[in-house]
Amino acid sequence: MAQPPAAPFCRPARASILGGSDPLRSPAVLTALILTLAGLGLLALLAVPMARAPRVWIGDSAGPWAGLVVHGGCLLAAAVMAGCGLAVLGGAAVAPQPLPIGVTALVAVDALSAWFLVLLGLAAACSALFGLAHARDAAPRLLVAYPLFLAGMLLALIAADGFVLVLGFEAMSIASWVLVAADHQSPEARHAARRYLAFAVFSGICLVPAIGLLAASSGDLSFAAIRTAPPQGFVAAAVLALVVAGAGAKAGLVPLHGWLPLAHPAAPSHVSALMSGAMTKVAIYVLARLLLDLSGPAQPLWWGVPLLVLGAASAVLGALRANLETDTKTLLACSTIENVGLICIGLGLAACFRAADLGVLAGLAAGAALLHALNHALFKSLLFLGLGEVARGAASRQLDRLGGLIHAMPWTAGAVLVGAAAAASLPPLSGFASEWLLIQAMLAAWRVGDLAFQVLGVAVVAAAALAAALAAAAMVRLFGLVFLGRPRTPRAAGAVEGRGAARLALLLPAGLTLLFGLLPGPLLALAEGAVQLLVPHGMVERGSLAMIRVGDGGARIMPLAIALLLAVAGALVWWLVRRRAPAGVARAAAWDCGFMAPPQHLPFGDPVTQPSAAGFGQPLRRMLGGSLLAAHESVTMPAPGDPGPARVESGFADPSERWLLAPLARLRDALAARAEALRDLPLTATLMLPFGTLVALLALAAWLEAG
Amino acid sequence: MEILAAILTQALHLALVLAAAPLVVGGTRWLKARMMGRTGAPPLQPLWDLLKLLRKRPVLAENASWISRAAPYAGATAALAALALVPSFSRGMAFAPLADLVLIAGLLAAGRVALALAGMDVGTAFGGLGAAREMSFAALAEPALLLVALVLAMLAGSTGLEAIGTLFQDGSLGLRVSLGLALVALLAVALAENGRIPVDNPATHLELTMVHEAMVLEASGRHLALWEAAAALRLTLWLALLAAIFFPFGTAPVGFAPLGWLVGLLAWGAKMAVLCLALAGLESAIAKMRVFRVPEFLGTALLLGLLAALLLFLSTRLA
Repeated sequence: MAQPPAAPFCRPARASILGGSDPLRSPAVLTALILTLAGLGLLALLAVPMARAPRVWIGDSAGPWAGLVVHGGCLLAAAVMAGCGLAVLGGAAVAPQPLPIGVTALVAVDALSAWFLVLLGLAAACSALFGLAHARDAAPRLLVAYPLFLAGMLLALIAADGFVLVLGFEAMSIASWVLVAADHQSPEARHAARRYLAFAVFSGICLVPAIGLLAASSGDLSFAAIRTAPPQGFVAAAVLALVVAGAGAKAGLVPLHGWLPLAHPAAPSHVSALMSGAMTKVAIYVLARLLLDLSGPAQPLWWGVPLLVLGAASAVLGALRANLETDTKTLLACSTIENVGLICIGLGLAACFRAADLGVLAGLAAGAALLHALNHALFKSLLFLGLGEVARGAASRQLDRLGGLIHAMPWTAGAVLVGAAAAASLPPLSGFASEWLLIQAMLAAWRVGDLAFQVLGVAVVAAAALAAALAAAAMVRLFGLVFLGRPRTPRAAGAVEGRGAARLALLLPAGLTLLFGLLPGPLLALAEGAVQLLVPHGMVERGSLAMIRVGDGGARIMPLAIALLLAVAGALVWWLVRRRAPAGVARAAAWDCGFMAPPQHLPFGDPVTQPSAAGFGQPLRRMLGGSLLAAHESVTMPAPGDPGPARVESGFADPSERWLLAPLARLRDALAARAEALRDLPLTATLMLPFGTLVALLALAAWLEAG
Repeated sequence: MEILAAILTQALHLALVLAAAPLVVGGTRWLKARMMGRTGAPPLQPLWDLLKLLRKRPVLAENASWISRAAPYAGATAALAALALVPSFSRGMAFAPLADLVLIAGLLAAGRVALALAGMDVGTAFGGLGAAREMSFAALAEPALLLVALVLAMLAGSTGLEAIGTLFQDGSLGLRVSLGLALVALLAVALAENGRIPVDNPATHLELTMVHEAMVLEASGRHLALWEAAAALRLTLWLALLAAIFFPFGTAPVGFAPLGWLVGLLAWGAKMAVLCLALAGLESAIAKMRVFRVPEFLGTALLLGLLAALLLFLSTRLA
């Protein structure tokens, strides 16, 4: 591949922390990534022959064999992606190069791409490890779509022009649709896949014109050309609306989040992990790239407001819904909506601060958003994989059919506890560090002088704090109902957990979640180039190994010192107790306020005497659900003297279903009914239709030419 | 030298709050009893209770996991770590650069999660009920707390307790309506976080109304002692936080100053005594509200925090 004397793709990344910038490295990185793409494509091509053909030669072990090859290849690809991302973050950005596919298409890796490449690589590595551990039950169609899904995300991240970006984005959408439709025998999965496809098409319908509008003023699709002629006026507003709708629908921003709670549970667990951990982040990357990077720094203050408002709404709605769902994976999908909302708040704030010339705060907001994206990718992958392990081991995803799994699945329980604590943003885990930075950025929103914006900032602070507390409640509910208490079914009592690679797939993200919680400073230093692509100032002079400062003389966070403080306090507590207390414990039946012992036929007690999924969510359903989620509750009492049972009915409805999707469905049906009428037209009228269309199009073209 | 002074202050502070925590709980109980015309247990009774509980071997349910054994330590650690950050008699403690309202909120949340998980571990009805309520109340208390932090951060330029306390101590700020509203909001959050009347009754053992007690029903021996100690530390933390933010008078400055420390100690003792008296008076005067009225109570705190922030915007604009 020849290296063209391309224009500088971006501001040079800052001096390396992993060694000087190596002139040989840049082509090597791109070559490695393109070879990875080709390899993933090859894996997809060979998956079906591998799964089918060797059955003749090696008998029944053929299935796992193909699964092992595909997931092993994906693991290797993930390692290459993460390695290339790290190399670019530590070295120099890679200039745009033509992609060898025949048409003009550019790929490049700059710091922003590299940050998301690292994220994708880590999430994909965990997912592929889990796939490797459970390769036996991978259907051939999944083996085709899984590498293509990875390849699509990779292509979207390394795109350097609008065409490749949309190509990768759509490849990712379609491959993931196949994965969502994996269990196509069940009507729920088919419903989920249909809705997912509709949202994916909607994303494409929005993104293609958005890129067209961006490229219109320069007449060139490449990012470098778009950057020289950023959109202005009405075009800018249209780009903003289209990108927020298109990429927001893929990320799961309210009100376009309707597919997430359906599609995530329908896909296999390691695919859900990848969709939730990485795919929504690719959509976030597109948002950041198109709105903050390509649209230029000269946008007005309101440029960030849609992201801010929708982000706050997503955070609250997602977190509240996570407290009401009864399916573990649906619950996690709702928690993803919440975290995507928080990340979008960070990006929106970055845009607003940049417009208000508050460069330092813009850097804080953008850095916090990027850091939270990485942290969320890891802890959400961990949670999805952990609950996937539960769904395999205990054969259920329903909270009301699990319970007490901490005894049967100790490793899974420990790893999920780490992920849940990070999702609940508890110190000293990774979720706390990035949410602390986000909250500090929100607390500084009043520094933008505009009164309306200040009021909005206060509302966003309240919403984000509410979301964080709701997320903590949801995570306690998830962990408590699944792993603690008594088994609610015999199947849950006899659960078994995976070993080897399955355990490693949980321990790897758990370890990284612990580590990233202690080291946000070095991570922000690594993200410096990416932050500087989005906003003028980075965080580098205010972050170090031990400490991150918010502004001049402002608040600061010292994760290592927090860990030290917790260690000192813990040691003090331990010492004070050990001095006086006798060691050991006695075991006896649960006290439970003197509740009687369970009968013989119920060895774990009556399951209904412990909290249920609906019961645990009841306080929040009553407090907040009524107004936000149209939650309802009705009690039917039998007539006096009637021995029939009393019934409590409760439920909720997502407002997007009622106010957005249902009217759209009605519109679709009405249009379909109209279109049906065309069938009965006579032949002449049928011929007139294309003719009329053609004339109209020619007239339009003539008018545009004249204009 | 300064480092040594910082470490010495921190150690003295830790010793002081560990000694003060049982006294705060016991003192409040004693004052409340006196106000109601009872004799009341001596103020040091909680300390004797703790020592008695520590000597007993805990009885765990047969199906209790390691969560039941580890969570008491985690809860007490989180409470002690948070309390180590709130200045008492002097500024400039070794961990003072960490003291930040958002971190304190995070540590309190960690303690709350440990308590809720311990409540759910055995799978009893009351434990789950208490855990659900505790986490739900926190969902409204936390935004109110962060809005108060926003008001303070706007005035002091930081969420750090040192910066806020120093600003209030110079007295250059004067009286502000926003601060009054923020104080009321913080008081409401403090009552809810500590499970005091009107949100929860710390003295109750009536199962259907309790929140905090429901989660520790299965704990005994040293585990129960740790939970009681964590609750006492949390109460001390909130009173000390109110004192450190709104009444920082008499707190000794940074550095080695034994005389200043003595003054600070006396001032802190007086402030805590006044706050305990106010708490006892409040608890004697009002009744516990129904569980499902608590959201209204906390929602009011949230709105007061919102109002405080908005008033501050307007006042900075007019000035």
